[in-house]
Amino acid sequence: MKKIYDLIIIGAGPAGITAAVYAARKKMDILVITKDIGGQASWSGDIQNYTGYQFISGPELAVKFEEHMRKFDFEIKENEEVKELTSQNENLFIKTDKDNYQTKVAIVASGKKSRELGVPGEQEFKNKGLTYCATCDGPLFAGRDVAVIGGGNSALDAALQLIKIVNRIYIINFTDNLTGDGIMQEKIRANKKVSIFNNSRVKEILGDSFVQAIKIEEDKEEKTLDVQGIFVEIGLIPNSDFAVDLEKNERKEIVVNQRNETNIPGIFAAGDVTNVPEKQIIIAAGEGAKAVLSAFRYLSTRK
Amino acid sequence: MDKKIKVYGVPGCPFCKKTKEFLKNKGLNFEDIDVAADHDLAKEMIKKSGQMSVPVIEIDGKIVIGFDKGKMENLLGS
Repeated sequence: MKKIYDLIIIGAGPAGITAAVYAARKKMDILVITKDIGGQASWSGDIQNYTGYQFISGPELAVKFEEHMRKFDFEIKENEEVKELTSQNENLFIKTDKDNYQTKVAIVASGKKSRELGVPGEQEFKNKGLTYCATCDGPLFAGRDVAVIGGGNSALDAALQLIKIVNRIYIINFTDNLTGDGIMQEKIRANKKVSIFNNSRVKEILGDSFVQAIKIEEDKEEKTLDVQGIFVEIGLIPNSDFAVDLEKNERKEIVVNQRNETNIPGIFAAGDVTNVPEKQIIIAAGEGAKAVLSAFRYLSTRK
Repeated sequence: MDKKIKVYGVPGCPFCKKTKEFLKNKGLNFEDIDVAADHDLAKEMIKKSGQMSVPVIEIDGKIVIGFDKGKMENLLGS
């Protein structure tokens, strides 16, 4: 018969890792299943608001989280993606792309991922000029012409990272004005390399084996811009598709109460995948701790 | 025999860092290539991998795209 864990934590970002640390200290029999370790924290730039660190980079903080988690002796399934989470007779069943698991309690802490454009050419040119990570792939576009899609903080941040190295930047913004912070807007407007297209949407990505151009519609007028790089920065969506039975809000975030309980007994959720107000590393970590304490209480009443 | 390993990456990319840590923890030596600093090496990486994201890992001529532990372990183990 298949082993039944006390607790399975799905995801290993700030919420999942904090939950795992608390659970390990409570000597629960746990398993962590995750695609990657560190989650969005790994992608963050400079962090100056995580208490105890006056200044730390995202990757460094993520490494510290991981080291803390690995101090304890429990199993971590990395590079594994949860496909299904279901409840049956007070037991929970998890199906991944590699295996099946069974547990008494689960914490969903699977976070968020980059929102895609959903236009022709996007899948084809992914990593072939089209990217969702300016910090990673930006330097490969030195001297090239690029488009940044979006008008919020992450788009402007990407544009500012690219300004120093690329030849030309087109910002393709859906609304009638940029929405990112004023300081960033000023810097961007002052730079001659940048052209801003407001009220514009992406229609198609064009190219051969790599991106060569982007087709946009500006105020109902179609334009094709020659670019070799496209940086998509149009926000995030929760990784919540596998949890079909859980109640979600209109943003596809899992609805939890103050104790991190979902609508299904035994399933808790924490961090950016939930409807918790404010998405911050420190909040996600705190939510992870709350969720596991609730889960621990639930388990002790159940036994 | 020691395998010939190259890591193409850029500074500040979290998965490049993770890849290097992973190899170091296995006690393996590798050539650390910064494609942000050298345009020709960036071209070489794009040509070899047929794509434009980092990291790219080359193990005895075989290419791994991204921090793919399983694939790296397979290539290192055989």
